[in-house]
Amino acid sequence: MSGIGIERRFEPRKTNNGDERRLAVDGEEEEEDDDGGNGKGLEAWERAYADERSWESLQEDESGLLRPIDSKTLHHAQYRRRLRSLYSSSTTSRIQKGLIRYLYIVIDLSRAAADMDFRPSRMVVVAKHAEVFIREFFDQNPLSHIGLVTIKDGVAQCLTDLGGSPEYHVKALMGKLECSGDSSLQNALDLVHGYLNQIPSYGHREVLILYSALSTCDPGDVMETIQKCKKSKIRCSVVGLSAEIYICKHLCEETGGSYTVALDESHFKELLLEHAPPPPAIAEFAVANLIKMGFPQRAAEGVVSICVCHKEAKVGGGYTCPRCKARVCELPTECGICGLTLVSSPHLARSYHHLFPITPFDEVPSSLLNNPQHRLPRFCFGCRQSLLHPGNKSSFRAACPKCNQHFCIDCDIYIHESLHNCPGCESLRHSKTPRFESHGTIFAALEVLNMQDLKRGVVSHMGCWALACTVFDSVLKFKILTD
Amino acid sequence: MASIPSKLYSDDVSLLMLLLDTNPFLWTGANTTTTSLPFPGFLTHVLSFLNSILLLNQLNQVVVIATGVNSCDYIYDSSSSLQKTADSSENGRMPILCSRLLSKLEEFVIEDERLSKDDSPEGIVSSLLSGSLSLALCYIQRVFRSGPLHPQPRILCLQGSPDGPEQYVAIMNAIFSAQRSMVPIDSCVIGAQHSAFLQQASYITGGVYLKPQLPDGLFQYLSTVFATDLLSRNFLRLPKPVGVDFRASCFCHKKTIDMGYICSVCLSIFCKHHKKCSTCGSVFGQALGDTSSTDRKRKTPET
Ligand SMILES: [Zn+2]
Ligand SMILES: [Zn+2]
Ligand SMILES: [Zn+2]
Ligand SMILES: [Zn+2]
Ligand SMILES: [Zn+2]
Ligand SMILES: [Zn+2]
Repeated sequence: MSGIGIERRFEPRKTNNGDERRLAVDGEEEEEDDDGGNGKGLEAWERAYADERSWESLQEDESGLLRPIDSKTLHHAQYRRRLRSLYSSSTTSRIQKGLIRYLYIVIDLSRAAADMDFRPSRMVVVAKHAEVFIREFFDQNPLSHIGLVTIKDGVAQCLTDLGGSPEYHVKALMGKLECSGDSSLQNALDLVHGYLNQIPSYGHREVLILYSALSTCDPGDVMETIQKCKKSKIRCSVVGLSAEIYICKHLCEETGGSYTVALDESHFKELLLEHAPPPPAIAEFAVANLIKMGFPQRAAEGVVSICVCHKEAKVGGGYTCPRCKARVCELPTECGICGLTLVSSPHLARSYHHLFPITPFDEVPSSLLNNPQHRLPRFCFGCRQSLLHPGNKSSFRAACPKCNQHFCIDCDIYIHESLHNCPGCESLRHSKTPRFESHGTIFAALEVLNMQDLKRGVVSHMGCWALACTVFDSVLKFKILTD
Repeated sequence: MASIPSKLYSDDVSLLMLLLDTNPFLWTGANTTTTSLPFPGFLTHVLSFLNSILLLNQLNQVVVIATGVNSCDYIYDSSSSLQKTADSSENGRMPILCSRLLSKLEEFVIEDERLSKDDSPEGIVSSLLSGSLSLALCYIQRVFRSGPLHPQPRILCLQGSPDGPEQYVAIMNAIFSAQRSMVPIDSCVIGAQHSAFLQQASYITGGVYLKPQLPDGLFQYLSTVFATDLLSRNFLRLPKPVGVDFRASCFCHKKTIDMGYICSVCLSIFCKHHKKCSTCGSVFGQALGDTSSTDRKRKTPET
């Protein structure tokens, strides 16, 4: 399907793994149509066929007939591949994740950002998805920080300082949407390097560049700057909007980041959101450390005080910094007076699913599905949707390897991408008992820590045996790795 | 669900996911003194409540999930039973709800008890709230997928058992997922003590947390506080959350602290500085945090 016709425009955009990318595009095609297409301003007859690429949503079947692609299945296959690769990379170092991240998003607002191959323009598309990304980022990394930098007229400008409030960044970004001049990778990296060098050593330093231009116009040697970033352990990633360019690839390879080029809008969104979950932490990239934090209590209702963040008098609500007693409106934040990081225990809990991910479900083989001797469950265990589609041959089902319950496609995706619990395992007390015992005995044999103490400690904190149990697992792995 | 004309769905149509705690240790044994309400009486209140929800709006939907000690399962879905008994007369619907729900509940309780035979737990054990919450959220996602017009879902936990500490991570995961899909979790605690998990769940998701003082009047509590749809809630003065304590306690002495140290690798909490993290084994340098804001450039005021 990739061989037909008018390819010349898109040829340069494909990177070496073009086929896989192409699959991704097909999978999203339907979604795009659903929200009314992205060429809203144009009538159907004004749109060029080359831009719409309608032939890509067709597929030739065995008898040579053209059929619309089953986008749902493809989408799901692609999701499972991503899940598997994520899981396999995380099993070896489960607890080691860069949970405290300091990320600068560099947005290229050079002349190239006005190009209209993304509708209505690259710049608008980038801004739209950057907003989604910022919100998703803070949802997944509540203790992290983002800063925004723009490149315009060959100069890099800091739009927002590192901060933890998504609203603040989104507002600043939306107010500054115009583009002109050249792009300069070196200026942007120099600026960001200056800022990121000041952050505490336990933080993971990252730069995410959304690059529209096909060139960089630098005042000096960009290679030196790249080496400087590498030395400062700044992980640089680039999402390109035009073609792959060498300097970006080199930058990402040197600093340990990832370089991807978007084919279209939905692909861009997908590539961008891949940067939201915390990357596996590389031990030498950030020093383990204890961070002092405050757990403020909610101020009593009806008390009037002036908040530090908005400098307004407010009645009730808000939180009081335990060190300097200043009032802040939202958590997590940094106290505006004494600089103490203020969080609440749910913010810490929000990150635990990164540390204890649930196993991917296995696809139930079709041989088993068609075997009349196996009586398979008729309903999805999660949502009670029927798993038997007499007319539909693609009655996909996934099974949890631990509790052996069967789930439908949608539950499989929901469970792994949002819920982070297996409903089957959670509905079975027995599944937990043996797991816990096995860790207990292995742990006792190791005699690394006083198990009783740790148990009590964890139980006291969140009252959590499961946490202790999984922690044992992690400790065990960690010990084997280090000893 | 699909057979109903979609334009009839207005913003006051509700989908109520009721999570029913069927923990036998709560209702029988040594604990009968703490709850003055026996199980049959409790069920009468609940059934009347479910009927009143269905009477409030003909499109309202009720799904009941039993939260057992060893398992969780769906025991009633008003949408599926409506389809099967479409020909039944109007006044035949109420008994059908009751009989169907009660027979499924009985099956469930027997099965749940059978599963627990091999190990005999002492005292009151917790029920699997994390399981039934996860099931309810999966069901709600299916309703969301069914199209742009669907009833407004909410979850009501009728919980009596104490919190199961081993479920902490799973319950928090479920709470955050509910928060993302904007599904409120209401809690009505009928046990002896408050539930810290449900307090957090209702607070984070914007639901109502209530611990009735007089369990005998359960139906009145249910119908006045939990029967109203999400739209009408804006106009009511429902019970406000009182003092949800979000402070953490340290891993080392289980003291509740308002300032402490967090391991940057695994986010464990300690009350004083340690050389090594007892949870993940990381070795620490000197404490940071005091200095973090001073060696960083001072933030410009947000305007
Ligand atoms: Zn404020
Ligand atoms: Zn302070
Ligand atoms: Zn399902
Ligand atoms: Zn499972
Ligand atoms: Zn302590
Ligand atoms: Zn640690």
